[in-house]
Order: sequence, then structure tokens, then C-alpha cells
Amino acid sequence: MTAGQSLSPMGRVLRHLVLMTGLVAMLGPFVVMLVTSFKPKAEIFAADFHLLPRQWGGGENYLTALTQVPLLGFLLNGAIVSAAIFLLQVLVNVPAAYALAKRRFRGRGVLFASVLVCLLIPYQAVALPIYILFFSAGLLNSYAALVLPFTISVFGIFLMRQFFIGIPDDLIDAARIDGMSEYRIVWSVMAPSAMPALVAFGIFSLIAHWNDYFWPLIAVSNEELFTPPLGIAFLKLNGEGTAYGPLMAAATIVITPLMLAFLVAQRRFIEGITFTGLKG
Amino acid sequence: MSGRGSVLLLTAPAMLLMAVFLIGPLLAVVALSFTNYQLGQPSLSFVGIANYLEMAEDETVRVSLGNTLVYAAVVVPASVALGLGAALLIEAEPSLRGFYRASYFLPVMATLIAMAIVWEFVLDPRLGVVNVVIKSFGWKPVDFLHDRKIVLFTLCGIGVWQSVGFNMVLFMAGLTAVPRELYEAAAMDGAGRGFERFRLVTWPMLGPVTLFTVVITAIRAFQVFDTVQVLTDGGPNKASEVLLHTIFAEAFNFFRDGYAAALVVMFLVFIVALSAVRLFVLGRGRTA
Repeated sequence: MTAGQSLSPMGRVLRHLVLMTGLVAMLGPFVVMLVTSFKPKAEIFAADFHLLPRQWGGGENYLTALTQVPLLGFLLNGAIVSAAIFLLQVLVNVPAAYALAKRRFRGRGVLFASVLVCLLIPYQAVALPIYILFFSAGLLNSYAALVLPFTISVFGIFLMRQFFIGIPDDLIDAARIDGMSEYRIVWSVMAPSAMPALVAFGIFSLIAHWNDYFWPLIAVSNEELFTPPLGIAFLKLNGEGTAYGPLMAAATIVITPLMLAFLVAQRRFIEGITFTGLKG
Repeated sequence: MSGRGSVLLLTAPAMLLMAVFLIGPLLAVVALSFTNYQLGQPSLSFVGIANYLEMAEDETVRVSLGNTLVYAAVVVPASVALGLGAALLIEAEPSLRGFYRASYFLPVMATLIAMAIVWEFVLDPRLGVVNVVIKSFGWKPVDFLHDRKIVLFTLCGIGVWQSVGFNMVLFMAGLTAVPRELYEAAAMDGAGRGFERFRLVTWPMLGPVTLFTVVITAIRAFQVFDTVQVLTDGGPNKASEVLLHTIFAEAFNFFRDGYAAALVVMFLVFIVALSAVRLFVLGRGRTA
């Protein structure tokens, strides 16, 4: 912002001092996780504490994490499920958002009111009936069970509608005159103009579903379908509870994909979360 | 080409899925709360408000609701205040701004279940670095996750750690919306820096964002589950039992679906009340 040169030299030093202190708390767990994942067992359990590893135990820890449970399989499941959810979310919700923003039709008010009402429902509240539904349909323990409940995103509809409203009608009329179908208009005119909103929604969706624990815990019990959060909880419960070396290695592996994506597209991530946070 | 048919084509998938996965289940959960349904049992019967009466008498529910309220009462003010403080300090000057912003934001994205396990190690009474520091002062080590007087506040601490960065970026967005002229005007009136400037210019302009951030954080606090489930399982002796964890246990460990549904309805009442405030703020913000 703003503040520019309004800090005194003393204030500048104080600013760094306070922020650095906070930094120890914010980054501390990440540092401990990483250095511990490199320590051999004897050193983790040693009576005297050193932050940095004195001997290399990283190979063994990472090997144990990857072989004791199929961690790479869990990562793949996480990628498949998050990608499928976002793809279907776009296919289902973007056309509806376009209709709500740019088309006049009977029932539009009711539909938009339903979207607003559904925005109030936390997904944990509808998990039980959906579980019973999937149980009856024999759908539990499948990718479908992990993906389907999230294909509808009233939040996505709301967000995209807000964005579409600002796109000039002339653009749509011109496309109609060119003979484009309504579907073509959604994907060739509306979606490209709403890229920032779509990217923000994608990042929001990716973070939410890669990290989700509650629903996968309910929906699948078959190890082959575990997502990364389930996988690491499973490793904790099924390993010797105190095998901290492999656990820290597994934690590092699980959070690395999102961390790398964040480092590459930091600004986008922060904008995405801010944007979706403020509008949702 | 742009008649009724095409509108139906555009909206039908969303309407169908909304009915199946949101509105239908919402009605179902309310209906279930008046029955004694148990998964796998062939029959169910209408039991009126029996589940709600049982809920009112249930010691676990009382403890669980109390803990959830305490959790929210600690996490909301702490993470909003720290988020605001971090936003103000980081934006005050360009030096290391990007580095601080990214670092404080990191916990927001990191898989909470994985980081909960890391916290368990960090807080371990014997091996954890926090207790190494505590012992180096000559104090007795603290069993953060098994001492019933402390455990809930330990979980609050992890909750604050995770939400500070989220609140921080919301406040940063709020700060960019403060018109520059206001600061210049304040400087001319002699309130150019420090607390005076914050009190006269920044804080009044941040009012709506603050209210909004409080509501979002409160909603998220009511949904606390991951850390409890993987670290304490509500223990020791229910000292860290929270609402969503109680619901989860009744529904998916004991399969008392009717009773769990009644608990869900109570959970919903809290969330909807908080969300109503949020929509109200959102609506006001748009017209203003």
C-alpha cells in the first residue's frame, strides 16, 4: 500500500524484529519436519537435541515412508480426485453461472435463491445423507464417491456469475449473430473473459480437495483409494506410532506438490484465496 | 437458438446435482433427526423430538458444545488480531515484504493432517523442540496433547497458526482499498504515522473487512475436526471433544444416524446464523 516512508528507523528495526519472531512460529514446524526427515532414528531419540542432523538418515526415512504404505499411489489418487473434481465443477457450474448472469428465463429468481441458500450449507452437514445414499447405491469405496458430491459448487456458480455480469452484452450478441450456440458462447466467449476468476476458483478448489480429510475418511476404507491426507493418517496409525523419521518424510512428501505450485505461482495463489475468500 | 431449451441445457446438470447433493440431503437430515434410523436396519420409526430431548440431556454433547465454543472464542480473536497485525506490519514497508507474505501464508495451504502430525512431534514431551526449550529454562516439560487442562488450548494454538495467514491476506486486500488521499489528508493534520494514523484512517476503513474476517474465522472454527481426529480423538476424557467430532462418532462409529442427524441440525443452526451475518455484510458491501 500506501504507507511508504512513514516508518522511523527505529520502527523499521522493530518491524523486522516482530515479524521475524512470528516467522519462527509460522515456519518452525516446516523446518522441524524437514530436518527430522533427514535424521536417523537414534538421533531423533537421542537425549541431547541438535536442530541439524549430524548423521544422514534421510534415505532410510523416505524409503520407509514410500514402501511401508503406497504413498505414491496416494499422491496419484489425490491428483486424480482433485483434477476430476475441478474439471467437472467447471463443466457443471460455468454454464449455469452464465445462464444466471446473462439469460432471462422463468425460474431464474428461484434458482439464484437456491444457490444463495445452498451457500449456507457446510458440506459436513450433508455428509450423512450422502453417505447413506452411496451406501444404498453401492458407490462407497470408489473414485465416484470421492468426486461426485463436489461436482456441484454453488460457490463456483456464485463466483462466476458475479464475474460474468460484468462482461458486456454486446460481446454475446455479436457471438449470436455469428451463429454460435449457447454452449459455444460459454466456452469461447465467457470462459476466456473470466480467466482470472476461473484460475482463482481452480486454486481454491485444488487446495480444498487436495487437503480434505473429512469426506474421504467417510467415503472410502479401501487403502487403494486413499488420498494423501488419509494416507498419512493411516501411516501414523499403522506404523509404530513413534516412527517420527518416516512420518516426517511422509509429511514432507504430501505437502510438497502444493508447496512447489505455490512457490511457482505465489501471487496467483494469494490472489485466488483472497478473491474467493472475499466473494464467498 | 436462445430459447427455453438452451437455458435448460445450461442449467439442468447444476440443478440436478444441487437437488441430489445439497437440497435433498439437507431435507433428509432434518427428516432423519425425527427418526431412530440406523444404517443397515431394515425399518425405522418416527420418534418425534426424542433425539432432541436426548441431546439436551447428553453429557458428551454438553462438553462438546462447550469445547467448540471455547475453541472459537480463542481462535477467532487471536487469529484475527494476529492476521491484522501481520498485514499492517508487512505492508508498512517494502523490505522483505514478499518473503514475509509467503511465509505467513504457507500454513494456510499445507495439508493440515500432515502438519498436525508434525505439531505432535514438535510438542512431544520428551523429544519435541518446544519442550527442549522449556526444559532449558529449568521448567518441567508440558504434555501438550495429553494434559486435560491444556489439550484444548493446544488445539486452539494449531488452529490460530493455520488461520493467521488466511486472515492476513483478507486484511491486505482491505488495506489496498484504503484511498491514498486519506493518508495524505491525515498527514497534513499531523497524524502522519504510527498509532494515530491507524486509529484515524486505517481502522475505520477496515471495519467491514474485519467483521467479515471474524465471521469467516468463526465458521471455520466451528468446523474444527482434522486436528482433533488425528491427534486426540476428543480425549483425554473428552477434554478436546468438539461438535463435528461428536457428530462423526455418532454417525460413522456407532451408526446412530437419527441421533447424529439431530446433532447435525444443531451444528447447522450455528453455521447458518454465522453465515447469515456474512451474507448480510456481503450484500451491504456490494451496495455501498
